[in-house]
Amino acid sequence: MFEPNPPIDLSSGKYLKLWQGPQHPGITGNMSLELITRGDEVVDCKTHVGYLHRGFEKLMERRTFIQNFPVVCRIAVPEPTFNEYLYAAVVEELTGIESPPRAEWIRTLNLELMRLASYLMWLGGIGAAFGQSTVYQWTVTHRDYILDLFEEMTGARIYHMYIVPGGVRGRLPEGFEDRCRDVLNRVEKLLHDVEKVLFNNVVFKTRTKGLGHIPKEMVDPYGITGPNQRAAGFSRDLRKDAPYLVYDQLEFDLITATESDTYARSWVRYLEMHEGIRMLRQCLDRMPQDGPFQAKMPNVLHWEVPAGETYIKAECTRGEYGYYMVTDGSEYLRRVHVRGPSYTHAIALMEKLAVGTNIADIAGLMVSLHTYPPEIER
Amino acid sequence: MSLKDLISPFYVWQRAFEKPYTQKRPIEDRPGAPRYRGFHMNSEECIGCGTCESICQNHAIDMVPVEGLEQRAGDSGLRPRFDYGRCCWCALCVDICTTRSLHLSNHYAWVTEDPDAFHFTAGTDAMPWNQNSLGYRRDDDYHLLVHDRVEMQALSAEESVAGFDEVMRGYTEEEAVLEADRCVECGICVATCPAHMAIPDYIRTVRKGDYEAGLRLLYETNPFSSTCGRICTHRCETVCVMGYQGDPIAIRWLKRAIVDRVPQEKYREILGDEVEENGKTVGVIGAGPGGMSAAYYLRRQGYAVTVYEAQARAGGMLRYGVPSYRLPDNQLDKDLEYIRSLGVEMRFNTQVGRDIPFTQLLDEHDALFLAVGLNQPSALRIAGEEHPRVLSGLRVLDDVASGKDPGVGKRVAVIGGGNVAMDAARVSRRLGAEVDVLYRRRIEDMPADPEEIRESQAEGCTLVPQAIPVEIRNASDSNQVTIVWGEAEMVADDKGGRPRPVLQEDRMHEETYDCIIAAIGQGGQIDFIPAEFRDRIEFKWNKFVPGDYQQTGLEKLFVGGDIANSRADAISAIEDGHHAARGIHRFLSGALDG
Repeated sequence: MFEPNPPIDLSSGKYLKLWQGPQHPGITGNMSLELITRGDEVVDCKTHVGYLHRGFEKLMERRTFIQNFPVVCRIAVPEPTFNEYLYAAVVEELTGIESPPRAEWIRTLNLELMRLASYLMWLGGIGAAFGQSTVYQWTVTHRDYILDLFEEMTGARIYHMYIVPGGVRGRLPEGFEDRCRDVLNRVEKLLHDVEKVLFNNVVFKTRTKGLGHIPKEMVDPYGITGPNQRAAGFSRDLRKDAPYLVYDQLEFDLITATESDTYARSWVRYLEMHEGIRMLRQCLDRMPQDGPFQAKMPNVLHWEVPAGETYIKAECTRGEYGYYMVTDGSEYLRRVHVRGPSYTHAIALMEKLAVGTNIADIAGLMVSLHTYPPEIER
Repeated sequence: MSLKDLISPFYVWQRAFEKPYTQKRPIEDRPGAPRYRGFHMNSEECIGCGTCESICQNHAIDMVPVEGLEQRAGDSGLRPRFDYGRCCWCALCVDICTTRSLHLSNHYAWVTEDPDAFHFTAGTDAMPWNQNSLGYRRDDDYHLLVHDRVEMQALSAEESVAGFDEVMRGYTEEEAVLEADRCVECGICVATCPAHMAIPDYIRTVRKGDYEAGLRLLYETNPFSSTCGRICTHRCETVCVMGYQGDPIAIRWLKRAIVDRVPQEKYREILGDEVEENGKTVGVIGAGPGGMSAAYYLRRQGYAVTVYEAQARAGGMLRYGVPSYRLPDNQLDKDLEYIRSLGVEMRFNTQVGRDIPFTQLLDEHDALFLAVGLNQPSALRIAGEEHPRVLSGLRVLDDVASGKDPGVGKRVAVIGGGNVAMDAARVSRRLGAEVDVLYRRRIEDMPADPEEIRESQAEGCTLVPQAIPVEIRNASDSNQVTIVWGEAEMVADDKGGRPRPVLQEDRMHEETYDCIIAAIGQGGQIDFIPAEFRDRIEFKWNKFVPGDYQQTGLEKLFVGGDIANSRADAISAIEDGHHAARGIHRFLSGALDG
């Protein structure tokens, strides 16, 4: 597992170097895999990132604390909300501002909706990667229903810019709860269909079982978190282990598996979607209907955050997502570091898992790790 | 492999018979959600404060001049122009908008062939979505600014009416920082302040706790900062953008917060005391705020300045017209002492025209600045006003300031609605009298500062609005006086002016008081200017009409203060003095033609 791959002599004529990406439908974003193949077997893989580097961490050093709020959501395109929440949480921790309970419930609702939307897109991706494009059509449509909910709740479909330091930007629209329940019912029904079509599918099973096996002992050295880790038999989840927001008040089960292959990872995520729907229904039922949704804020135009440093993490769909921030008492932060799970999963882990697989399985393997290149390159 | 796994995927066909989800844009319209963050709209409430520009992290907003806008106080004349090549529709501009004029429509699709069209001024340029009524607006319970003012500690009405102690106690350092923090630094106030003080900049020094830098900024435009920090008419606050959704910034109190934290001994060290003599002399007539302000800025430029003052002490109306519970003597002295310490020569008890002829000053000095103020009480113009128990408001305040007893008695009627009337009433309360204030119009029409009106009521003065004095008669007791007044109805003015009070002859009242204090205004007195010069000077209603740089037709004579402007407040006089000092400097260095 930790052995370097054997040296490869390209001039021998036995090998073919094949670039997959940076623009490739089987890659979950803009990164590239430099594959060395023998026949259709992958014998070596190098990962290359940097195609999406936009320098967020540096950008944020040149913007005031409120000006960073519209920036952070762009760090992970399919999951902006986790960035919004974590940025708000670090700023709140450093300033001592406490967001009111109603905002905490709305934030939880927001994050779980985001998780569901993100998983739906992933579910379509894993289906499409193994030739089940219909599943992709279904799930992306249902993701759109959730984006409709985001649109009416936050004012935007993708970059919500809704969770702001101090609370959230507005109350839930009238009738939102009913429309949200309706969408949840539809998604739940879809998931049962997907189970029949994808998970009980001989093609899918044959191709994914045993593919991309992550040995248990590889998990910690490679910094593997989230469903990838849980599919390897670890019952670790920040929502349970270090509860934030209102997760300690919600009932949900930790999903684990032991096979640690592409099928197991997919199945773990599939079941987590059901848990997500369960949590969302609890949020809708138990959310406070009145009270403030924003803490009392200073004038944000020249907001000076006291000197300090902190690291706050949350469980996103892919694992541990964290923000480390250092402030020096000025109107600008001194340093911010965004820790995304895709960094470890897509770069180091992928290089190992790809070896020995088939070219046709590379895309599915990559999707099974659920990585988002934009979040690698902050 | 099981049979189930072979058959199950065919379930996919079941959904083939369902209605498609796809929306057929553009055949079918698909409006944005009611809260959608679409294209920008701006309403008439916009005053061009530029806060949207400050918060925009993309620099997508420029404040640009807009043609055809009606000029009004508190409006920069600029409007936000959006660059849709930069905008990310975060709507922070909407959240921060001080007037709530800016919002987003839920319109999100826009196609045009003209690339320049994506650079537009919202609310001014005709855009397809301008009639849109939905879209993102800031929620009422969501704020990125602090709308409530930090109230200053003050004496209670019972405590304040018991003596002449200063009513407003000043901000603590913490309170001052909190209040200063509310400022959005738009600078709308600077244009409105007659002296154009660097308000956002000195407020920032309060926030940073750098009071010495603050003091230096104050003295760039105003050598009466301790005074103005207490009794300025604060026009700045009336236009402060924070006033649109909450309380305006307490700009006046923040100025005071700076001055209160710098001891007088440090003034010379912080502001400097070196003067490079330039060998020219300037005479200043009147040691009020206008005259002393001119003296300060002239002295700073090296002129030998002599101030001629009819009274025994400097300060003018600030000392003799403003009671010490609003402006304690030692605070006025703090300002005056620093000006004098720079080497300004003071000639007290020297009334020009009586003690020294005007022509002599004209000969002795290279230039003159005249700011004698208004010190002639206006007549009531009703029968019987020469009654000995009819006092002038100015005289009462003057007596109190000089330590004399004005003898108002136990029951007083004050006639008027300005600051002098309020002060005369409040002084009378402190001297133990019951006070009625008769005013022709409604309370909201009173020219006095709202807080003066509020405080005088709190201190127990009875305001009697819409009361027109008709006649003053002898009372049965010779130490008393009787006033006849009639109720007034407000009648709308046909010409569009403010409503006018009309006497109701059937509703007359008669009341007897120990004295009546007339405080309906004051006029100027310019007899001391010899007739031979008057033709060369422009006058209107017994006031000077100065030209550029406060210069008159008599080239060596510059004028300012209440006698030369219509605003008649301290800050305008201070600015006149400063402006005239610049004019005199230009005049004497040949840069200003006569």
